[in-house]
Amino acid sequence: MEFGEIVSVLLQGAVVTIKIVAMALPLAAVMAFIFGLIRLYSPAPFKQIAIFYIEFFRGTSALIQLYWIYFVLPFFGITIDAMTAAVVALGLNIGAYGTEVVRGAVQSVPKGQYEASIALNFTARQRVWRIILPQALVNMIPPFGNLAIELVKATSLVSLITIGDLTFKAKSLADTTLQVGEIFGVVLLLYFIMSQALALLFKLLEKRLSKGLGRGGIN
Amino acid sequence: MNGFSWDWAFAWEVLPMILSAAKVTLLATLLGSIFAIFMGLVFALLRRSPSRILRNSIYWLVEFIRSTPLLVQIFFLYYVMPEFGISMSPLMTGVFALGLHYGAYLSEVFRSGIDGIEKGQWEAARALNLTTIDTYKDIVLPQAIRPMIPATGNYIIAMFKETPQLSAITLLEMLQVAKIIGSENFRYLEPFTLVGILYLVFSIVAAFGIHQVEKRFPKEGFTLK
Repeated sequence: MEFGEIVSVLLQGAVVTIKIVAMALPLAAVMAFIFGLIRLYSPAPFKQIAIFYIEFFRGTSALIQLYWIYFVLPFFGITIDAMTAAVVALGLNIGAYGTEVVRGAVQSVPKGQYEASIALNFTARQRVWRIILPQALVNMIPPFGNLAIELVKATSLVSLITIGDLTFKAKSLADTTLQVGEIFGVVLLLYFIMSQALALLFKLLEKRLSKGLGRGGIN
Repeated sequence: MNGFSWDWAFAWEVLPMILSAAKVTLLATLLGSIFAIFMGLVFALLRRSPSRILRNSIYWLVEFIRSTPLLVQIFFLYYVMPEFGISMSPLMTGVFALGLHYGAYLSEVFRSGIDGIEKGQWEAARALNLTTIDTYKDIVLPQAIRPMIPATGNYIIAMFKETPQLSAITLLEMLQVAKIIGSENFRYLEPFTLVGILYLVFSIVAAFGIHQVEKRFPKEGFTLK
């Protein structure tokens, strides 16, 4: 097979990988915020549920979670296609790690900010949404960027439940053409480009969000 | 087949098979972490070399390893290395892949640990006319090791949780065995759940163990002899 053909097949796989990232990343962010905030502010029963979710998904492997959702849920009458299973498993997995990012960032907002908002008679809701979260958000961006890269890497696991992502295409091309060196070399490079692009995106986002927060002193 | 409820008899029947596969998982983790610590130290020390070209190329190598998936690296080692005349068993391939991947992560831990040593210590070592090797062996590493333990331990636990990926190159570790049992009996619930629970238990025990190691470790360091 010619090199150009190999690259074009691999690029089709890369599109599937990007699609999965694009769907799982928002799910992970939503899970991270919901369970991160529950963990911080909620009363007992909800807090325990959040801790269970976090510990369960952080304590077992992503691949086991993926297999569990794909192979075991049908036994309970819940049949989902491979793509949904992949997005749900990866979103929940990365989301569980994200809860700790949310928690750490919220806790890193100086105590004076809480005290000032109480002194100014803000309601609890206003305090969280208008004072704490806008400041915490900036602190979350760099660790969320790292998690996004972890997500890109974790998408390679979906090839093991027969989704035609970049890794899957590489594996099947390698089995048929035997040009393993070129194929896996290109694949590693494509993953590297995707990760670096995402890292750059998060760096720009951080710059954008930290505007007007008085970071880095007065110029 | 009644798939809706948990079957204890079946779970007890498959548990010994999964537990014996756990040995393979633990062996891969153990050998992988030894290799990762070695590679991490090599990367960390090369990042401090006087040659700028070497420093930069190690930086990009570490960055490359960290931002590409472990699974693809496993495939790369398993399928491409034989082209260069190096054939390894699935276990050895797995150990090398895990060691290289987590060595890249650990190099950052080791680097910041070494950077955390006060400048005065380096200067004192220089003033006492110690060789570079003696400086690292007797002054820097004994003080740097304790603060590195928690992060290193976390990466080893993370590595342990990535061992199921070695099933992709036919290594018979826990998840692969569970999958085979599942497809033979058309029941995935018990084997996969057992594997999940075992991973959870091992991770919690390991986290506790690392905490103990850190606590026992002398704060003032010790002399490497």
